[in-house]
Amino acid sequence: MTLALPPAEQKFDGSPLGALVRPRTSTGLKGWLTTVDHKKIGIMYGAAAMFFLLIGGAAALLIRIQLAAPNQTLLGGDAYNRVFTMHGTVMVFLVVMPIGAAFANYMMPIQIGARDVAFPRINAFSFWVFLAGGLMLNTSWFLGGGANGGWFNYAPNNGIAFSPSAGIDFWNLGLFIAGIGSLSGAVNLITTVLNMRAPGMTWMRMPVFVWMTLVTQFLLLFAIPVLTVAQLLLMFDRNFGANFFNVSQGADPLLWQHLFWVFGHPEVYLMILPAFGIVSEVIPAFARKPIFGYPFMVASGAIIGFMGWGVWAHHMFVSGIGPLSVSAFSVATMFIAVPTGVKILNWVATLWGGKLLMTTAMWFSVGLIVQFTVGGLSGVAHAVAASDTQQTDTYFIVAHFHYVLFGGALFGFYAGLYFWWPKAFGYLLDEKWGKWNFWSMVVGFNLTFGPMHILGLQGMPRRMQTYDDAMGFSNWNLVATIGSLILGVGTLLILVNAMISRRRWIADGRPNPGPDPWDARTLEWSIQSPTPEHNFDYTPQVTELDDFWHRKYAMDENHNLVKIADAKDLAQPGNGEGVHLPAPSFWPILLAFSMPIIGYGVMFSLWLTIPGGILMMASLYGWALEPADDLDPKIDDHDGHGELVNV
Amino acid sequence: MSEVATATEAHDDHDHGHEEHHSSLGLSNMKLAMWLFLGSECLLFTALISSYLLSKTRFIAELTAGNPDVIRGTLGDNVPADVENGDRLANSGDLLEPFSEMFAEGTVEPLWDIPFTSFSSFVLLMSSLSMVLAHSAVSKGDYKNTRLWLGTTALLGSVFIGGQVYEFTTFFREGLTYQGTLFGSAFYTLTGFHGVHVTGGILMLGSLLFLSFRGKLQKDRAETVELVGLYWHFVDVVWVLIFTIVYLIP
Repeated sequence: MTLALPPAEQKFDGSPLGALVRPRTSTGLKGWLTTVDHKKIGIMYGAAAMFFLLIGGAAALLIRIQLAAPNQTLLGGDAYNRVFTMHGTVMVFLVVMPIGAAFANYMMPIQIGARDVAFPRINAFSFWVFLAGGLMLNTSWFLGGGANGGWFNYAPNNGIAFSPSAGIDFWNLGLFIAGIGSLSGAVNLITTVLNMRAPGMTWMRMPVFVWMTLVTQFLLLFAIPVLTVAQLLLMFDRNFGANFFNVSQGADPLLWQHLFWVFGHPEVYLMILPAFGIVSEVIPAFARKPIFGYPFMVASGAIIGFMGWGVWAHHMFVSGIGPLSVSAFSVATMFIAVPTGVKILNWVATLWGGKLLMTTAMWFSVGLIVQFTVGGLSGVAHAVAASDTQQTDTYFIVAHFHYVLFGGALFGFYAGLYFWWPKAFGYLLDEKWGKWNFWSMVVGFNLTFGPMHILGLQGMPRRMQTYDDAMGFSNWNLVATIGSLILGVGTLLILVNAMISRRRWIADGRPNPGPDPWDARTLEWSIQSPTPEHNFDYTPQVTELDDFWHRKYAMDENHNLVKIADAKDLAQPGNGEGVHLPAPSFWPILLAFSMPIIGYGVMFSLWLTIPGGILMMASLYGWALEPADDLDPKIDDHDGHGELVNV
Repeated sequence: MSEVATATEAHDDHDHGHEEHHSSLGLSNMKLAMWLFLGSECLLFTALISSYLLSKTRFIAELTAGNPDVIRGTLGDNVPADVENGDRLANSGDLLEPFSEMFAEGTVEPLWDIPFTSFSSFVLLMSSLSMVLAHSAVSKGDYKNTRLWLGTTALLGSVFIGGQVYEFTTFFREGLTYQGTLFGSAFYTLTGFHGVHVTGGILMLGSLLFLSFRGKLQKDRAETVELVGLYWHFVDVVWVLIFTIVYLIP
């Protein structure tokens, strides 16, 4: 919206809405804190997610060490509850979701040929408010002892009567605040996809990753408010004495389960779909073929998005929802495996007959296909209600969702990191370290979660603090713990790789990898690496799917692929003279961090909500009245106008 | 499929300075974003209304079944001494107005004052009309009437909020407390949420009015008024639903 080109020296009839000065620096710490650049925001999402991954991973290893042998006492019952709850919550809300947001933020605008998202300041706000909520949740380690109600935090256990410590409040309000970021991000990114595509970028020319981002953000847009309602009701119950989940007043605690899973099932799809999008970009690039059945890839993603709303009660087969509901949700759940199967078939068909280039990114994509299929099959086993009744709350479930979320989503994200790293940072990650990274993760992952299928079928309940040797769970638990240590090291190797590769790249004086190191297909490879601050010097004109590929290659009369142009010659030079970019702003971060102040106020002392509320209102008005731009006062575009109503 | 490209080229030919306004759907980003936000709000209110309906049904079922905890919840400060001492359980004979009627009729209807709430609903609906007039005025550059209608809309909204405050006070005096019963929690939360939305709208209208007095709300910002209008109409429509579901349907 603020991407005017300089000839626009039009005079604005009204006086501008300028009341406050905008920051000018775009470098250093202040540059990061006030940035509105979608690429920097994407990188911050990724960095924050990696930070939270360390916390969630440490919690996971604590769990595995506790369970390595029978009758261990490393963690007591209460501590164990807190550790597994925080593990699940952090991993779902603060690791997998933000990594998806990182890719969506960085790549989606470039893939549609835009210079930024629709609302750059709201984008910054989305990130900061996610971080504020995430940090607030994690302060519970020091201030209340960690949430202890499980990641789904069932009623009535989440009430004051059963959970008097503040841990649940941190879960509730921290995630509520982080959810505001997801919601504003969804509005922003959907608007961007719908409205800011380059000329010629029609629906069926959008890269699959853009499509999956669109579906994901729609899921967020409609799922987050339902969780928000559940959290508000719980807040009113816990902090203001309401009775929504108070069974003695006749309340039905199943209300929580319904609200939570109406959010929670779309949630699992919005965690996996970005990874599906990523591998749908990586596989064609390295199989040297277009994606097989592009329309089917798009349609299956959209169908998953729709059907994801009709299967939530399969999380509740043992909650007593009645035989009719169970049957209906059981059938719906079996059906949703169909579009997912279509995707897997199409990836395999893309690989089939391709000239495979087995880079690390490709290996991670293949890892996703295989491991997600395993997780998908155990998922179909849960769709059968009779079988699910046996498996509910056992380690079989734990194995299932780690196969889809870790073996699926996180492997896909790693594929994306290896694939797009040169585009973001201007150097390639080392392939040898990459292979170590991949294989240690595959071995560690399958050693950890493979045995859990067996443990689950043997009847080991999840959330169990310890077990007796006589139960027969000891051997496989030891295997899982050994696997988890390998997995822990393997997961961190990407950070090691990043550091080593960067140092080597500089020490060897290697040249810039160029715009298109992988000879890939989509628009982000038609600009320099690392991405110039303004993305595109001029708006690209799109004529077909995989436009950039078709500008490099064509068919001769014998249907052989011939190279017609070199990426280096096609790529935009990145000088972008006179491109006008949105100026940085203080208000997004101030508005975001006013919210945990109010959150702490609700928990500890309502007086704190007053300074929090004042900061919030001041930030809102400061935001709305911020001048369009101070960097180049001659250009007076319409930034800021109307944002009063849309913060 | 080439219409998009052609349309954009034509647009660019006419107007080189406006590349930032290129939009694939031909709708401004702000308006699209507002529609998306309102779509999300639909789910928020759907979840709240569902929670209300469930809570109301459960409350009536437990009340008419004589659940002593629920009956005690309706009594507030009026718990009979022997119940407070634990000498006996609370029973339906302890119920005060309007809960005794609710008990007898098996609905929450005896609480409502339909004529009063209909009047305040009418006021809120009329404010949608004045909102439209405000937008129409600012689009024509008629700033005097813009201020008149913005002010009227804010005033009508405030009357509605005043009515809600009066209604809440009355119900509270009659014994429907937020913490006492499940029904009280659900009713005040749902209608209170709507009230907060209206209050937010009044703040936005007040800000627009302020801008207009400072001469900063001119024709080229008519869309801002339209966006506030979209929000305002949405909040009105939600009230039509809430009024029907909460007050009118038995």
